[in-house]
This record gives sequence, structure tokens and C-alpha cells, in this order.
Amino acid sequence: MSAKTISTSTIAERSVGDGLRFYGIWLAGIAVLIVLPLIFSSGGSLTSFSLIGIAIVFALSYNILLGQTGLLSFGHAVHYGLGGFAACHMMNAVVSHGWPIPLPFIPLFGGLGGLAFAIIIGWVMTKRAGTVFSMISLGIAELVASSSLILRSVFGGESGISTDRTALPKILGLSFGPQLQVYYLIAFWLVISAIAMYALTRTPLGRISNAVRDNPERVQFIGYDPHVVRYIAFCFAGFFAGVAGGLAAINFEIANAAYLGAIQSGLVLFSTFIGGVAFFFGPILGAILVTYLQLGLTSVTGVWQLYFGIIFIGIVMLSPGGIAGLIMMHRPLVRAKTLPTVIPSYLLAAVPTLALACGVILTIESIARTHSGQGSPINLFGVAFSPASPVTWASAAILVAGGFFVARLSWRRVGEAWDRAATVARDRGYLA
Amino acid sequence: MHKLAIAAAAALTMLGGAAFAQETIKFGYIDPLSGGGASIGEGGLKTFQYLADEINAKGGILGRKIEILPLDNKTNPQESLVQAQKAIDAGARFITQGNGSSVAAALSDFVTKNNTRNPGKEVLYFNYAAVDPSLTNEKCSFWHFRWDASSDIKMEALTSYMKDVAAIKKVYLINQDYSFGQSVRADARKMLGAKRPDIQIVGDELHPLLKITDFSPYIAKIKASGADSVVTGNWGQDIALLLKAAADAGLKVNWYTYYAGGAGGPTAIKQTGLDHQVFQITEGFANSGHQPAMDFEKAFRAKVNMSLWYPRAVNEMRMFKAAAEKANSLDPVKVAAALEDLKFEVLDGGEGVMRKDDHQFFQPIYISSFGKLAANEPFDEEGTGWGWHLVSKIDTSKTMVPTTCKMTRP
Amino acid sequence: MLELIVISTLNGLLFGMLLFLLSSGLTVIFSMMGVLNFAHASFYMLGAFFGFQLTKWVGFWPALLLAPLLVGAIGMAVERYGLRNTHKHGHVAELLLTFGLAFAIEEIVAMMWGRSPVDYRVPALLDFPAFTIFSTNYPAYKIFMLAVSILIFIVLLTVLKRTRVGLIVQAALTHPHMVGHLGHNVGRIFMLVFGVGSALAGIAGVIAGPALVTQSDMAAALGPILFVVIVFGGLGSLPGAFIASLVIGLIQTFAVALNGSLASAFGPLDPSAGPSVLTDIWNVTIAQVAPIVPYLLLVIILIVRPMGLMGTRET
Repeated sequence: MSAKTISTSTIAERSVGDGLRFYGIWLAGIAVLIVLPLIFSSGGSLTSFSLIGIAIVFALSYNILLGQTGLLSFGHAVHYGLGGFAACHMMNAVVSHGWPIPLPFIPLFGGLGGLAFAIIIGWVMTKRAGTVFSMISLGIAELVASSSLILRSVFGGESGISTDRTALPKILGLSFGPQLQVYYLIAFWLVISAIAMYALTRTPLGRISNAVRDNPERVQFIGYDPHVVRYIAFCFAGFFAGVAGGLAAINFEIANAAYLGAIQSGLVLFSTFIGGVAFFFGPILGAILVTYLQLGLTSVTGVWQLYFGIIFIGIVMLSPGGIAGLIMMHRPLVRAKTLPTVIPSYLLAAVPTLALACGVILTIESIARTHSGQGSPINLFGVAFSPASPVTWASAAILVAGGFFVARLSWRRVGEAWDRAATVARDRGYLA
Repeated sequence: MHKLAIAAAAALTMLGGAAFAQETIKFGYIDPLSGGGASIGEGGLKTFQYLADEINAKGGILGRKIEILPLDNKTNPQESLVQAQKAIDAGARFITQGNGSSVAAALSDFVTKNNTRNPGKEVLYFNYAAVDPSLTNEKCSFWHFRWDASSDIKMEALTSYMKDVAAIKKVYLINQDYSFGQSVRADARKMLGAKRPDIQIVGDELHPLLKITDFSPYIAKIKASGADSVVTGNWGQDIALLLKAAADAGLKVNWYTYYAGGAGGPTAIKQTGLDHQVFQITEGFANSGHQPAMDFEKAFRAKVNMSLWYPRAVNEMRMFKAAAEKANSLDPVKVAAALEDLKFEVLDGGEGVMRKDDHQFFQPIYISSFGKLAANEPFDEEGTGWGWHLVSKIDTSKTMVPTTCKMTRP
Repeated sequence: MLELIVISTLNGLLFGMLLFLLSSGLTVIFSMMGVLNFAHASFYMLGAFFGFQLTKWVGFWPALLLAPLLVGAIGMAVERYGLRNTHKHGHVAELLLTFGLAFAIEEIVAMMWGRSPVDYRVPALLDFPAFTIFSTNYPAYKIFMLAVSILIFIVLLTVLKRTRVGLIVQAALTHPHMVGHLGHNVGRIFMLVFGVGSALAGIAGVIAGPALVTQSDMAAALGPILFVVIVFGGLGSLPGAFIASLVIGLIQTFAVALNGSLASAFGPLDPSAGPSVLTDIWNVTIAQVAPIVPYLLLVIILIVRPMGLMGTRET
């Protein structure tokens, strides 16, 4: 932020205010985690919340690589999966040997599993960044996924390793049979991991990782080895991915090859990128959205993957900063109190944009349902459309063409309004 | 399509509280409805919906109608558990699933844990297609019932047939490298060795699951081995590509398969022109010659425009009704007890029995071959003009395999 | 033994050339634009499905011409309206765009043609065994595939090395900015190159479709191995891709042909030790691991020689 135009006293005031706001956000987040299951208490919603919690840890760990160190990995699920297997084996070992390790400590072993693999392969993998790293990660992912089916004694073939979380020693009288207790366990680990990973971004290591991402040569000039930095970041990412895998193993009480597969790696990439890699909270938003869509969209449409693809392409093309980038774009405007001047044009643009979206959905659903021979009506905001009827096709065409045309115009207006607001914000001393 | 209803139900349960009254029997159908396995899953869904309609038209079960809840698991074990939880939330006490042994193992485990942790809210799991023998052996569960013949039962039936075919001298085994393929291979070795020690196993191949784009090298090996028959558990593209490569190379052998009849299989066989050289092992098929089954097939095809892939699903739903009526209750524990040792006249004729020891259903098994149809065979497959032709029927008694299951009963 | 070697060599050659047909387009795009196109295998799939559909309407030979043109047009549109806008956000964004595109194309194809394999057949003109060796038939169609691949290799190499267009591509490989400064419409060149690359994938699709299975997951099945080929051969190097295709094709087929395992070489392990990782590794045959050998090669070459066999620049 630009401190030039602001007197020192306001800076001090603001840093106190910022500090309060900073802790306020974290505390509010924790409060939401505690209260959430009390409001939505059905088994399904508890399961969803648990999965979202796991996905958040996983996405945050991925962002240590992608967002903070600039390493695009296509095989992050390898650490997640190995963490899951490590946790399952640990749980079974605890039960069979009678070790006094209660369930809440198990994710730690998951993390160690992920970390161990990162330590072993990380050194050669992180020698180079960029495409070479991406390609090696792809190769390693394929190798591990295939080997998991060959090394049956460790990975249990394709049916995997199952375990019973209630058989572990009890702590505080908790059996961890009910999903509610598991949810709180996941929430607990989510908070710890999130704080730890946030703290990591504030350490010199976190800062130098950013530098390695942006300009490795200069990092070398100031005496750091980018390779070492990447390696350490990779190990941290592996550890937290392992924690997420361990939590998943506790939640599902099973670890199998699906944990380490390409789909899981792709999902975490989607979540992180859609959420936004430039901000710490980006992956959190992305993980919530993607997990929710994945759970919810599948029961509404059979072609949910297509919507995923379209959303992803849209984000890459229109807002490479992800959702978090979009939100943070408005921060200077909020501070300069010029946001209200933009809102009317947003509302105006929302109408044709929504129409365009409806048109696209209608088109996709009509094609999908006609081709799969279901012919069930498309229910769009309470209006039922028959996929075979010409009325549907015509309205889809009108919505797409008209929506696109008007949306372009109105978004241009948004851009103009934005520029005006940003100029005012800049004049008032808030960078836009 | 009840997808929207499910979505609504899921949304409502998200807001807390069971929204639906208990007037219908909720029956959770958990299989892939999107992604690579969707065509298979949709086919199964149509079958179960047809069967539910059939039962509902006759007054339902104990006066209550069945409602199928379609749940998409994307063939992923973890996702299946989430969907099973959704089904339970929506009030389902009975779930069914078929695709993928890994999914089945996870579900069986989930249901067992769920039932011990939530007494009074038990859930039964009806398995209609996952054939891994371990589900009714070391991993068996009181809450799991299987209507499909497990892979060792199918092999028992197949070898009972091969035993009497003197022309078979050299057999080549080629299977997918995962638990199912391995059990096919192990059973084939064991059972052929016991029944026809003179048959030579000239090759025993495991190849990676769904990763091979060109099977020519494998065909070259089969050819070099001089085999006259190939036994394979391959499914999906692995069987289609295998047969295609064989036809290209001009390999002349008989193919004994588990899943050549799966979606896309008949089209692939027709393309290769392997007329009555591809055999499959099933618990029933369109041209079985048993009149009630043929009538059912005709009505089924007329209504849902696909051939009946799962005669066992018919047995499953009808036996579910029979068991509930026998127990005079829809309590899962009582239904489970009534299913045990229940004898039943199966769709394709003959008596089957749900064995109490391991909850495996035993039924007559058919060997059929795919090719040009005879005059009395009305049904073709996938519009190819070719269809399945009866080769041999193996009675229930000849398919009984021992089990190691030690079941914990409630 | 001789029989197996001859046949495996032939099969490896055929498979390798198919890989080359696919990777040539990817290599051309990369050498020009520095974009690793994740959707390349999806263009291959589009080629196969367009080929199937057009064969139904106008016959195989016109389809062989039209389908690649269609795919090329789609490729150009993707470059013009997608990649060009994303370019300013860097290579990662471009990579991710093609990643999302691959996802979307698979779903669209599944939506239009279903998920089961379609009945795409070899044209009647080529549906006969070309020759028989050790009583194994080699279909004429496979020889046709081989011929087309070699033809494309020669044409591409000539264009790249002997023509003005090729000169620009070569220059762009080492001095991308200079080419722009020399007054070439870099935007249009990029679009054309991307179109040509996609069209090459389209040709591969039309040709490979009948020989393999044409279904909506064919892109996902072949995609990763393409990356292995072009990374192994050296990013942006056409001869490298050619050699890598052949090497990987041959290695895969020969690995399949071998039954050896550690157990068969050194005798079985003591069974009383029980199952462990060691027994798993001991008993696995070379044939079983054949499909993961390329990935092993990929990892090794990237560690030892990150520019690949014949590559001229890293990443």
C-alpha cells in the first residue's frame, strides 16, 4: 500500500486495525467451523463439510508449489495418496500392536508419509522449474499410480487397504465413530494446517520461494540456491498433502489407488487455480467451490465435467487471478469508497451475462439429453424445457446470441465505470 | 429421470431433517452416471427402474412402492461412500451397486461399519455385478448379498464345460493385471488342472488395465504359443482391442470370455467377423430359449430400447420382494434373514439359492457364443444382426464352490 | 525366437510410427510457440470422430481430407480466441488453458457420440492382409498407416529445412523475438502453425480411428504417452520425436514379448517369508511393467539430460 501520502499516526492506527481484522478473520473462520455442523446436522452435510475441509488442506498445500514457488505439478495427488496409505497402515499397526496412539495424531503420520516421498524424489524433481518440472511430475504420477497396482502388499491392489478408526485407543472418551466427531477432527487439523501454512508464507523461506518463482537468477545472485528453495517448498507441500491424505483416510477408512490418480491431481489443480493462486485464501475458496460443485452438480446433470472444463477455461482466460483475484481487485475501490459507483453497471451487466449462461446451459443440456435419449425436461429456475422441442432450441439460441451481444456491450460499460472508480481511488492514494 | 428429485432431496437434507415421509421404499442405486463408466451405469439404472416399475405396477412390496434413487459414484470408491451416505440421508435402507470390485469392497466395508455404529438403522447392500471372490470369502459381510456369480463360480462353470470338449488341448490365459484378472487366471489354472490335467496352459499373461492401445504384440505371443483356446476376463476396451488385433493378425482360436457381451463388445466382435468363436459365461442371455425370459426380454427391449444386460438384477429385485414378503417386514435385518437360504426360480429357468454361509447366489450358468442367428433366435445385440447362441447350460449344483467366509451375524 | 523378434520389431515399428504421427503436430506447435498443448490428444480424438462421421456421409477418402481441415480450423480458432489472449499471462496459463480444453473436448465428444466405441471401420479398399509372415497377417491398412507417417515425416522435414516458412520456424526456435522484429506477422504465423499442428493430429485421428478403438476416452489414454515421446526426443525437435517414437514403440512391444521376471532369473523367493514388497517386485514380469517403462524413461532422461535426446533448448 502506498504510505507516502499517509501520516505516520494513521499508519500506526491502521496496523493495529489491520492486526485486529487479521485475527478477526481467523477467529471468525474458526467460529464458522465450530457452528456449521450445529446448523446443518444431517449425515450428508457433515460428510460434505468433512470433504471440503480435506480439500482445503490439500489445495493449500498445492498452492505452496503453484502459487508461492511457481511449480506447476501434475502429480500432487501422489503425496496425498501416499499420506493416505501411510495413515491407514499406521492405524492398522496401532490396533494390532496396541500402541497408545489415539486417532487425532494419525494425520501426522499421513503427513510424514507424504513428506518421506517428497524427500526421496524431490531433489531430482526440483532441479529445474517450468515445463521440465511439470513433465517429471506427470511421469512420476503415472509411475506411482501404476506401481501402486503392482506392489500389492503395500497398496492392497485396487481394492486398497481398509481400516477401522474406532478401534484406536480412545481420547477424551471420543470413539470417532460418528461423522460429527470426525468432522471436528478434520476441522481441528484444518485450522492447524492453515495456520502453519500461512505462517510459512511469512517466513524468510516463504519470501524467498516467491523470489524463486519470480526471478530465480536474482535469487542466485543474492546467494541462495533456487534448487534448495524449491526442494524445501516441495517437501512442505508434500507434508501437508500427506496430512490431507491422512484425513481422507480417517474419513473414508480406506486408502486405495484412486487417491493417487490423475483425477485427484487434476481436481486439486482445478480447485487451486479457480480459487486463485496469488492469495492465501484463494485455494480455500476454490476447494469449497469445486468440492461443492463436484458433490452437488453430479446429481443435477450428467455432464458436470463439461461445466467444470468451461468454468476452468473461463477463469484462465478472463480472470487468471481466480476468484480471489477478482475479489481483491475491488479492495482499493472499497478503501477509497468508490465501489458504489461501479455496482450499478455490474447489476446491469449481470442480466445479459445470466441470460448468456442460461442459454449455454440450455444448449448443453438439450444436446446432452437428446443424445443420451433421456428426453427428461430441463428445469431452469422453475421453468421446464423439453430438450427435443424447437421452442427450447430457439430460446437457447436467442439467449446465447442476444446474451453474448448485450453482455459485451454492458461489460464494456463496466470497464469504463471501473476505470473511473479506479482513477478516483488512485487519486485518493489507494493503488488500483 | 429422478436426478432432480435426488438433487432436491439432497438439498433438503443439507438443510437438516428428513424431508420425505416413509411412504415409498427408497432403493439407492450407486453406479457411474457420468464419466467413462456412464453408459454402463445408465444401462443398469434403466434396468432397475424398469424392474421397480414392474413391481410397483403389481402393488409394490407389502403395499409400498419402490423408488430408485440414482446416485453417481464416478466409479470411485471414496465417492461411492459419499453417495451411500446421501442415500441413507434420503431414507434408503437398501442400496445396490455393481461396477468395480474396489467400489464393492469399500461399500461392503462401509455398510458393515455403518450398521454396527448405528444399530436400528441398518442398511443392506445388494451387489449385482462385482465379482471379486473375496467379497464372499475373507471379506464377507452379513450385510452384503451378491446375485452375480463370482469369478470363481463362473470359472467353475466354464471348466465344467471345457472338460467335455476334447478339441481343447492348449489354453492361453490373458487377463488384466488387477485382482479380478488375477483371480480369473489363478482359478483357471487350478480348475483346469483338476478337471483336465491333459490340457496344457501354454501362456499366462497379465497386462495393465485399460492402458494397452495395441494388442498386436500379445496376439503375436498367443500365435507363437500354438494355443487353440484363449480364456480371458477382459472387459471394456481391453476385450474389444484384443479381439480386433486378433482378427487383424488372422489368429484362429476360440475365445472364452467373461465380458465379451458388455456394452460395445458385440459391435467389436461383429467388426472382427469372428463368427461363433467368441464365447461368454453368463447367468442368462436373450436367446436362452426359456419362454418367460424371452417374453421379459421382448417387453424390456420394447420399453427401454436396450437388451437386458443384467438378468441377475431381475432375480435380485424379485427376490427382494419375495424375502420382504416372507419376513412380512421391510426391516433390513429381517429381510436379510429371510434372504438366507432362499430358493428362487430364476428368470432364465431353473432354481437358484442364496447360500447362507457367504450370501452368494448360486444359479444355472450358460455358455453362449456370438454370431449369426438361427431361425428360433429372435434377439440380436446392438443392432449388429448377430446374437448369442446357446452352447451349454451348467446346472446350479455344478457351480457350487466352497467358501472360507466366517460371517459375524448381528 | 526369431519369429518373435521379427514380429515384435514389425509391431514396434507400426506402433512407433503411429506415435510419431501424433507427436509430429505437437512438436511443430511446441517448436514454434513454446506451448505444450495438453489438448493435442483431444484434437486427435476429434479427428477420429470427425473421420467416423464424415466417412458415414461422404466416404473415407474425402473424410481423410476434410476431417483434418476441420480439426485444423478448430485449432486455429483455439489459438486466435484462446491462447493469444492467454499468452500475456505466461506459459503456465497457456498450459492450463489447453488442460481445461482437453477436459471440455472429452465431454463434448462423449455428449455427441456417446461413451461406447463407435463402429468406425477400415475402408474396404484397404481391408485385406498385405502380407503374411510366420503365419501372422499384416493388414494392408497398417502398411498404409506406416506409409502416411513416413510421408508426413519427410514433408515436414523438407518444409522445415528447405523452405522459407521452415526458416522462420527454425528461427523462432532460437530467436523468437527477432522473427517478430523482422516484420513477420507473428500472430498469423502462430495461428497457422497451431492450425497445421492440430490438423496433423486430425490426420492421425482419421487414420488411427479404425485401427484402434474410437471412443471418448481415447485422448486420455494416449495423451500422456505423447508427452513422453516429445520430451524424450527433445522438445521441439522433429527428428528427436521421430527417434523417440520408434524407441518407445519398440521398447513397449519387446517388453510385452518378454516373460522374464526376477523370479525366473534368480529362482523363486523363500515362500515362508510371506508376501512383501520384495515378493511383489520379484514376481512381476517385464511384460507386466511394459506400459510404465516409457514413464520411467521420461523421468530418467529429464534428470540426466533435460533437453531430451535431440533437443536444443531446455523447457
